[in-house]
Amino acid sequence: MAQIKVVDLAVGYETGVVADNINFEVNKGDYLSIVGENGAGKSTLVKTLLGLQAKMGGDIIYGDGLKAYSIGYLPQHTSVQKDFPASVGEIVLSGCQAGKGFNPFYSKADKALAKENMKKLGIDDMEKHCYRELSGGQQQRVLLARALCATKELLLLDEPVAGLDPVVTAEMYKLIEDLNKEGITIIMISHDIANAVNYSTHILHIGSKFFFGTTEEYKKSDIGALFVGEES
Amino acid sequence: MEKLIEYLQFPFVRYAIIVGVLIALCSSLLGVTLVLKRYSFIGDGLSHVAFGAMAIAACANLTNEMVIILPVTILSAILLLKTGNNTKIKGDAAIAMISVGALAFGYLMMNVFSTSSNVSGDVCSTLFGSMSILTLDSEEVTLCVILSVIVVAVFIIFYNRIFDVTFDENFARAVGTKVSKYNLMIAIVIAVIIVLAMNLVGSLLISALVIFPALSSMRLFKSFKSVTLFSAIFSVICSLSGMLISILAGTPVGSTIVAVQVVAFFICFIIGKITGRS
Repeated sequence: MAQIKVVDLAVGYETGVVADNINFEVNKGDYLSIVGENGAGKSTLVKTLLGLQAKMGGDIIYGDGLKAYSIGYLPQHTSVQKDFPASVGEIVLSGCQAGKGFNPFYSKADKALAKENMKKLGIDDMEKHCYRELSGGQQQRVLLARALCATKELLLLDEPVAGLDPVVTAEMYKLIEDLNKEGITIIMISHDIANAVNYSTHILHIGSKFFFGTTEEYKKSDIGALFVGEES
Repeated sequence: MEKLIEYLQFPFVRYAIIVGVLIALCSSLLGVTLVLKRYSFIGDGLSHVAFGAMAIAACANLTNEMVIILPVTILSAILLLKTGNNTKIKGDAAIAMISVGALAFGYLMMNVFSTSSNVSGDVCSTLFGSMSILTLDSEEVTLCVILSVIVVAVFIIFYNRIFDVTFDENFARAVGTKVSKYNLMIAIVIAVIIVLAMNLVGSLLISALVIFPALSSMRLFKSFKSVTLFSAIFSVICSLSGMLISILAGTPVGSTIVAVQVVAFFICFIIGKITGRS
């Protein structure tokens, strides 16, 4: 049973469908990269998977122990966050809001989980630091730690390396790869096809052409050859 | 000093100070959230709505004006926060539209139907708060105290969730937090605060009570908790000193408090620059 199985999904806004006939499935331990042109509907697809947006047709079936709302999400930066006064510790702990329902307080176990995830991502020495003063790479680590507090199963990353310099980008990919090796399923939107092909086990290509399969199959396919060739 | 002690003998002065401090405390708490959500002007918009509602209540000769003002303001707050980003009229335009509309209707009503002989005096005191805080009776003080306690309690209980929906609404929604319910709660609390604060500074100056503590605090502090705590302290100190100055110097309460806040903001701003915190 797949963790997420998507059948004939159509996504879009009230104004119209952005992408349709999307079919794919994600199994435990997979590393799926979603690629495609700008405006192909990658972010819309992710928002639909998370339930932030209503689907326009088709089905999304969650299985294999993946419960609703137990996906760790790493969103793109919002303008609010640029001047938000919040410490690293506060933000990571807020990941524990998942599954709290109407219980408004954090328990000792939540705080321990937040500490553990900060340690895992090497940001435990900045717990008291102000988020907006960190570098781009550090900010992504904070948001990744928060996402880890929300899930043990699946991380959904929306362009986690956007705007990072090459060294930090490589670190970020390494970090995500390590998490994947620990058994966490990864779904990632990426603009960077070369790295997507390097790291992921599966590729979903949406836009003018559709492809879903393993990375090896993607490289051999016409569309894959075209896009991978373009990059290198 | 003797003059002050002499004034404090009067129960209405003591009431005013108690109510003033409570209102200052409440209004500073949600300021941080409003400033960060880009809703700084919501206080202004809602206070104009409250002014309109008050005009209707006054014309209908209601003895207890709160019956109309509170529900109308809460309703407008819900409408403003709910429409958010997904409507044809965007947040700031919606606030501007509702606020000037209500202001115009309120003034019109007061002029056409008013039973009072001094219309412009009434309007002026509603807009700038003038002396109304000194004329509160014990019933109004009790209502103020009860509402303030509720606001503070709600804020403390839901502090973590308020942080969550302010910092990252999408993430909160993705992990199953009922974001729209919390936004609704924030809207209602704001409306209550606005109605309370109208007594203290009048409708035109309410935004100051909401945004100055938050902005000053953000110059100096870096975590959400410390920013919130300092805005509460800032707000209480400024209101208290503003009220005392106005009693001693005979200046209008509302504008004195706001003037103190402006000065305090610049002090915080300069301290922030010197210590390199901002």
